[in-house]
Amino acid sequence: MNPTSPQTEATAVGLAVADSHHGHHHDPHLAHHFDSTEQQFEADKLGMWIFLVTEILFFSGLFCAYAVYRANHPEIFEYAHIFLNRTLGAVNTVVLLFSSLTMAWAVRCAQLSQPRGLKVCLILTLLCAFGFLGIKYVEYKNKWEEGLLWGARFHPTEEALAHVAGGAHADPGDHSPARHKDAAKHGEAHKIAEAPKAAEPAAAHAEAPKHGAGMPQPEHVSIFFGIYFCMTGLHGIHILVGIGLISWLLVRSYRGEFTDGYYTPVDLIGLYWHIVDLVWIYLFPLLYLIH
Amino acid sequence: MSEHAIHTTTAHGQHGDHGHDHDHGHVHIMPPWLLITVFVALLFLTFITVAVTRVDLGPLNIWVAMGVATAKATLVALYFMHLKYDNRFNLLVFLASFLFVGFFISIIMLDTRQYQPAIQQRTDALKGR
Repeated sequence: MNPTSPQTEATAVGLAVADSHHGHHHDPHLAHHFDSTEQQFEADKLGMWIFLVTEILFFSGLFCAYAVYRANHPEIFEYAHIFLNRTLGAVNTVVLLFSSLTMAWAVRCAQLSQPRGLKVCLILTLLCAFGFLGIKYVEYKNKWEEGLLWGARFHPTEEALAHVAGGAHADPGDHSPARHKDAAKHGEAHKIAEAPKAAEPAAAHAEAPKHGAGMPQPEHVSIFFGIYFCMTGLHGIHILVGIGLISWLLVRSYRGEFTDGYYTPVDLIGLYWHIVDLVWIYLFPLLYLIH
Repeated sequence: MSEHAIHTTTAHGQHGDHGHDHDHGHVHIMPPWLLITVFVALLFLTFITVAVTRVDLGPLNIWVAMGVATAKATLVALYFMHLKYDNRFNLLVFLASFLFVGFFISIIMLDTRQYQPAIQQRTDALKGR
């Protein structure tokens, strides 16, 4: 190009202006080893995605345990899932999906520099997170009171067993004859508790024949509750961490720290929150909705 | 170009924000109607996954449940997590994790059932004692 062209001159001036500017008013959010906020944002985001990948692999260990036990003992899962309250599970699914919507909306508000909308969305997300934990607390409390715990702590109360027997009838999806057929199919793996086991209370066994109408209790039902508490517990810990992170975002948004030029934390914590939702999307049918 | 420089100057003056003008070009902002549509679709799929347990499909039930869950996960990832509009490399990283989860579970499942008879034998022997 012609070196004397006015366009080139203008470019040179423009660059000079931009450069001097860069020197004097450095963006406080831009680290020196990045060329631009755009590059920094992309790098931050990739880092977050790599962290999320480790989260998925972390949870996958538990999904593996689930798959192995379910493949070997389908009868335990078919029997034990009736103890879980599927209505509360479904409500919690909707609560978490709604919180994902409000979080995605919070990112939108941050991108558009709408501080009021950002705060409202973050508060709604936070309320949903507390709501989820509240419902989870009710479920855990019921399990605790009904003696539906892991390992040697599995001592179901008579009420709990009666609930299962009743639930099996009340629920039109759970046809008892079909369940029996299914149970019979599992043949050798399906050891009905004939010989009393030392680890389990005699009371539960005395009750067992009465509730035989629902479904006979297979052995080692406590395995299901071990898996249930590990999976939902680890997920619950992630919700707690999410509550902490979203509260931090809320404080910063009240300080007016997020604009359309800088909203990286909102975006990245949003991604984390969606991953927590994603794990629950799989947990809900695997634990509550076993056919 | 000089206009660009002037714009940058004003942007800096207002936000103290270098590269502000670049960001608008590549950041995708989700429109409200799309966010709500995705949410409604997720609710609908949740309803489906609950309703389908009332229908006996035999061993297919678990696969239907997992298929619906995967459809929901895909919606969340593509729209709520912006992967549809994001740098493709992030999508690749994300999908790679599922590939490895797939390896993890399927390799473990290969021989899982093989140990069961031995475990059963041992359990029976202990009981007999």
